[in-house]
Amino acid sequence: MTTGEMAPRAPQVQEEAGYPRHPPRMGFFTDTSVCIGCKACEVACKEWNRLPADGPFELTGMSFDNTTQLSASTWRHVAFIEQRKPVRAPGGPAGDQQDLRWLMASDVCKHCTDAACLNVCPTGSLFRTEFGTVVVQDDVCNGCGYCVSACPYGVIDKREDDGRVFKCTLCYDRIGDGLIPACAKACPTESIQYGPLDELLERAEARLADLHGDGVPDARLYGNDPADGVRGNGAFFLLLDEPEVYGLPPAPRDATRDLPAMWAHAAVAAVTLVCGIAVAFAGSRRAG
Amino acid sequence: MTTRESAGDRAAGTTGQDGRRFASYYDRHVVKPPVWHERYVGGYLYLGGLAGASSVLAAGAELTGRPRLARAGKVAALTGISLSAAALIADLGRPERFVNMLRTFKPTSPMNMGSWLLAAYGPLAGAGAVTDLTGRFPAAGRAACYGAALLGPAVATYTAVLIGDTAVPAWHGGHREMPFMFAGSAMASAAGAALLAAPAAENAPARHAAVLGTVLELAAGRLMRRRMGMVAETYERGRAGSLLRAAETLGVLGAAGALAAARAPRPRAIAALSGAALLAASACLRLGVFAAGVASAEDPRYTVVPQRERLSAAAS
Ligand code: SF4
Ligand code: SF4
Repeated sequence: MTTGEMAPRAPQVQEEAGYPRHPPRMGFFTDTSVCIGCKACEVACKEWNRLPADGPFELTGMSFDNTTQLSASTWRHVAFIEQRKPVRAPGGPAGDQQDLRWLMASDVCKHCTDAACLNVCPTGSLFRTEFGTVVVQDDVCNGCGYCVSACPYGVIDKREDDGRVFKCTLCYDRIGDGLIPACAKACPTESIQYGPLDELLERAEARLADLHGDGVPDARLYGNDPADGVRGNGAFFLLLDEPEVYGLPPAPRDATRDLPAMWAHAAVAAVTLVCGIAVAFAGSRRAG
Repeated sequence: MTTRESAGDRAAGTTGQDGRRFASYYDRHVVKPPVWHERYVGGYLYLGGLAGASSVLAAGAELTGRPRLARAGKVAALTGISLSAAALIADLGRPERFVNMLRTFKPTSPMNMGSWLLAAYGPLAGAGAVTDLTGRFPAAGRAACYGAALLGPAVATYTAVLIGDTAVPAWHGGHREMPFMFAGSAMASAAGAALLAAPAAENAPARHAAVLGTVLELAAGRLMRRRMGMVAETYERGRAGSLLRAAETLGVLGAAGALAAARAPRPRAIAALSGAALLAASACLRLGVFAAGVASAEDPRYTVVPQRERLSAAAS
């Protein structure tokens, strides 16, 4: 978690992806401290992207969360957490101790700097856009499902009746026309903020400092650190508790980082196999 | 009020079976459980290993003048690789787009690299088997046999990289030892196929390979679980645990039978039984590894606790 005054600059991932000229890296800053759990983002996303229903509606008993998770047909998901924890409302009087606190957070694809989904995709269907976001090309995806197991956040998912995978595109079709993503447009409290990632990171630092000053020591940023296991996210968050409380991994990592070591082990294992069989033949000269 | 309490408690934390507390969101998984089908992708891991190691066995037989052992290896390789490719394609959501796997060359994607590997290996294995069975183009057939033997070991071990390069705790956590476990299992299964198909007079190398492969598989598996920490539980419990125990029993019996076959009164029958046991052992191992991966992804504990441990290790 960053505590310095200067927000770390987001890695310019477009250059790494081979764009000589490109717009600034765009992203989301989701400030969960002002989320009111209205789910306008979920609805706006479903409508703009024409996402099908997730299946028969069921009451889950998970507070107000009947969506339960991000999926191929849910690209924004609002989590609800009820906690028995004495807290002071930001700006409220010091003695205002409440028994129950309610955390709400709108989750989304993180548009990772090191995107495991993109790295493992065998067809090149997943690609890096000029905005630094990660998008599936649905005319290329063959539904191998590799990305689903690779994503350290459990974001991308397969639509079984369709056969392909789907996830948030950061409204690639809107931002190219200068529009802001549907969820950010619909959010009534500016919990979801869209903009150039560097600006968002600065704004988030300021907001975090305000909250700490207001006596909300639990507040922390998540996904903002280019030194983490995915070199930071294009969509990062301000949370009021540990990430795992929201269903987020505390220390996500792009498994592809270990790929050189994995190939090396596989190569030695392959040689071991050959040696083993050679030994089997060497020991059989008479019997054979 | 009780609903609220339980909702709050469920959201805030879960106590693991070992009593360690960790926070989770209503005990829901953090990473997505694989959407791969156990029978297809588990089968793919198994058949790829059988094919790859069989090609090496066939080349050894070719070099040492054991034509019937060579034929058994070549046929097993072709059968294995054909079925494994079919399983891979059947698992796709859009099977007709299988060729998209070859529309790019992408070293960061083990599945892409594996597809290229199969594209090179498959025809060699095919040519090796067909020329042997028909007796035509023997020189080309020999070249194909040796070519397949060069690529075969990679076909047998790359699948460990394929599943290791994921966020699935039980798979990624074993990425160092898994290739060796798969190499051993592949060797034992190839030996099993040879014991079934080749005459006793030629199958001494297969008997030795059965023992060496089983020992390698068991040793690598032990080491893997020991190094993996709490995630190793997923290899010991539930469906994965049963499959892996079956794999161990069948493997040990198969290897022992293979050794005994030479001196047994009915060598042919003992060899065939051992061969079948070794083949079944390898299938159980791959399905067990698959099931452990699914179990480790379904329970948030296996994602959260090791990551927390990593964070506190980095902080101290
Ligand atoms: S959060 Fe998952 S799906 Fe989104 S970019 Fe990162 S790895 Fe890909
Ligand atoms: S399912 Fe589609 S997007 Fe995901 S890795 Fe496979 S081809 Fe790529």
